[in-house]
Amino acid sequence: MSYQFDFSFLAERWPDFVSGAWLTVQLTLLSIAFGFAVGTVCALIRVYGSPLLRRPVGFYVELIRNTPLLVQIFIVYFGLSSLGLKLSAETSAVIALVVNMGAYTTEIMRAGIQSIQRTQLEAADCLGLTRLQTILHVVLLPAMERVYPALSSQFVLLMLASSITSQISAEELTAVANNVQSDTYRSFEVYIVVAVVYLALSVLYRFGFWAVGLVLFARKRKLRTAL
Amino acid sequence: MSAAEAVVRVADVVKEFGALRVLDGVGFDVARGQTVAIVGRSGSGKSTLLRCIAGLETVQAGTIEVCGHAVGRPGSAARAQLRRDVGMVFQSYNLFPHLTVERNITLALSLVKKQPKEAARAKSAEVLALVGLTDKTTAYPEQLSGGQQQRVAIARSLALEPQVMLFDEVTSALDPELTAEVLAVMEDLARRGMTMITVTHEMGFARRVADLVVFMHKGKVWEIGPTAELFSKPRTAEFRQFVSSEL
Amino acid sequence: MIQLNANHFIYLLMAAEWTLLLSLIAFAGGALVGLPVALMRVSRFAALRILASGYIQLIQGTPLLIILFLSYFGLGILGFKLAPLVAAGLGLTLYAAAFLGEIWRGCIEAVPRTQWEASDCLGLNRFHQYAYVVLPQAMRIAIPPTVGFMVQIVKNTSLASVIGFVELARAGQIVNNSTFEPFVIFCAVAAIYFAMCYPLSLAARHLERKAHVGR
Repeated sequence: MSYQFDFSFLAERWPDFVSGAWLTVQLTLLSIAFGFAVGTVCALIRVYGSPLLRRPVGFYVELIRNTPLLVQIFIVYFGLSSLGLKLSAETSAVIALVVNMGAYTTEIMRAGIQSIQRTQLEAADCLGLTRLQTILHVVLLPAMERVYPALSSQFVLLMLASSITSQISAEELTAVANNVQSDTYRSFEVYIVVAVVYLALSVLYRFGFWAVGLVLFARKRKLRTAL
Repeated sequence: MSAAEAVVRVADVVKEFGALRVLDGVGFDVARGQTVAIVGRSGSGKSTLLRCIAGLETVQAGTIEVCGHAVGRPGSAARAQLRRDVGMVFQSYNLFPHLTVERNITLALSLVKKQPKEAARAKSAEVLALVGLTDKTTAYPEQLSGGQQQRVAIARSLALEPQVMLFDEVTSALDPELTAEVLAVMEDLARRGMTMITVTHEMGFARRVADLVVFMHKGKVWEIGPTAELFSKPRTAEFRQFVSSEL
Repeated sequence: MIQLNANHFIYLLMAAEWTLLLSLIAFAGGALVGLPVALMRVSRFAALRILASGYIQLIQGTPLLIILFLSYFGLGILGFKLAPLVAAGLGLTLYAAAFLGEIWRGCIEAVPRTQWEASDCLGLNRFHQYAYVVLPQAMRIAIPPTVGFMVQIVKNTSLASVIGFVELARAGQIVNNSTFEPFVIFCAVAAIYFAMCYPLSLAARHLERKAHVGR
C-alpha cells in the first residue's frame, strides 16, 4: 500500500496552530507559576509545619499523584459545574493544572528544603532574622537550586500534559489539532505537525528554564566562569 | 564582682536531653570586657552551655541573663532583644553559601536593623577590614579557605554590634595555620574590649587571652578562676589531668 | 436520564480490569523495548548512543496524548484494522520504553566502574560482564524507580480513552453520558485509580528506603 502524505492544510490553517500554541504557552506558564507557589508553600508546611497542617498536605499530595490528570480535569470542569460552579474550559484547565503541579512541586521542593542544614537556620536565627525572613532569604533559593533540574523537567512535563486539557475543549494546541483533523481528514499529518510544535516548545521551555536558572543562581554562574 | 557590671549571668542551669543530664546546675558571671574560655573534654556540656546562652536551647531549670534580660523568655520582642545583645560564631562557619561575603554580612543589617544599603555596605567594609578580608567582598563562601570563612562569620556577627560574642569551637575544623589566623582575629577583638565567651580546645589561646577560665566536667563547673591562677595551681585532679592531656 | 445505581459502579470496576490489562501490556512492552534502549544509551558505539538518546528526547518531548493519536492514525494508514487496544498498547509501549530506558540507564551507570574493571581483569567478555556482573546489580538499584514509574503507566492508560479504548476513564465518561452525575462518577473513577496506584507508590517508597539502608 502507498500513502500520500499531504500537509497542504498548513497553508490555510497555520494561524490556528499558532494561536493554539500561544494558548498552550499561556495556560502552562500560568499553571507553572501558581503551581510552583502552591507547591512551595505546601513543601514548607510539610517540613516545618505542625502535624495538624502536615497531614492534610500529605493527603493532597498523595491524592493528586495517584490519580490521572485527565480525571482531575473532568472533576474540575464537569464535576464542579454539576455542583453549580460554572467555570470556563480555560479556567478549569488552569485550576486542574495548578492543583496537579502543586502536588509534584511539593514533593520536589520538600527534598530541597530538607537538604538545607539545620545549622543554616540557627545561624540565621542568631543574626536575628525572623522565621519568614529566614525562609525567604536563607532557605528557599538554595533549596530550589538543589532540586532545579527535577523542577524544570517537571515544568516541561506539565507543558506536555497540558495537551490533556483539549478533552474539555480548552482551545489549546491539541484541541486545534483535533479540529483541523476532523475538517481535513489528514489526521496523521496533523498530529505530526503538533508533535513537532510540542517538541519545539519543550526545547524552548528547557532553554528558558536553564536561562532563568542562570539568573536566579548567580553563584553557580560565577563559580562556573571563575573556575 | 558586683551584679551591676555582669553582662552575662548564668545561675543553676540544668539542661537535659531526654534522660541525659548535660548541664547540672551550672553558674558563673561574665563582666563587661572580659574574655572567658570554657574548656573541658568533649561531652562535658560546654557547647550545650554556649547554645543555651545563645537561646538555641531551652533550659529545664535555672536562669541565664544577658545584659539584664532573661534568655528564653517567650515572644518575638524578647528574642529580638537577645539577638541584639548576643553574637554567635559556629564551628562550621554557617555562612550562607548562595550569598557573597558582603551580602552575608549586610543581610541582617538590612533585614533586621533596616539599615539603608549604603550604610550596610560601609559597615560590611569596616568589619571586613577588622578581620583582614577587605579584598573578598564579592567572593562566595566556597571560594574561601576555612579560616577565611570563619573570619567572615566573625565579621558577620560583629557587624550587628553585639554586647557579647559567643564562639563555639570555632577553630576545631581548621588546620593549624588557619587556626592561627582566626585566633589572631579573636585576640584582637579581646584587646578592643569585646566581651567574649569561647568554647575552645586551644589551651595556648586560653592561657594567653582569657581573663577567666571555666573548666567543665560532667555537666558541672568543676573549676573556675582567673587564668594564670587556675593554670598554675589546679585544685582538682580532673583539671590537672585535662591540662596535661591537652599539652 | 438514568438514575445512578450499583450496576454503574460494577461497570466501572469491570472497566478497571481493562486499565490493568493495558497497564500490563504497556509495562511489558515498555520493558522489552526499554532494556535495549538503556543498553544502547551506555553502548561503546556513538551511533547507538545517539540513536537511543534521540528516541528518548523525541518521546519525552511529545505529549503522550499526541503519541497515542499518531499510533492510532498511523496504524490506520498502514492498513491495520483500527483496534484501539493495539493502538493504545503500541503508543504506551513507545512512551514507557523511553522513560524506562532513561531510568535504567541511570541504574546501569550507578554500578561502580570498579565492577567493570574487576570483571575485565577476570577475563569476562562484554556480554558476560553485563549478564553476570553489571545487570544483576543494576536491577537491584532499578526496582524502586521502576515500581514508581508503574504508577505513571497506570495513570496514563487513562489517555487511551481518547482513541476510543474503553478503560476506566472512558467508562466514567460513558456512565456520565447516561446519568449526568459527573462529580460522583469521576470521584469514584479517581478513587479506583487511587486504589490501584497508591499501593504501588507505597511499595516504591518502601523499596527505596530499604535500598538506602542496605547501602
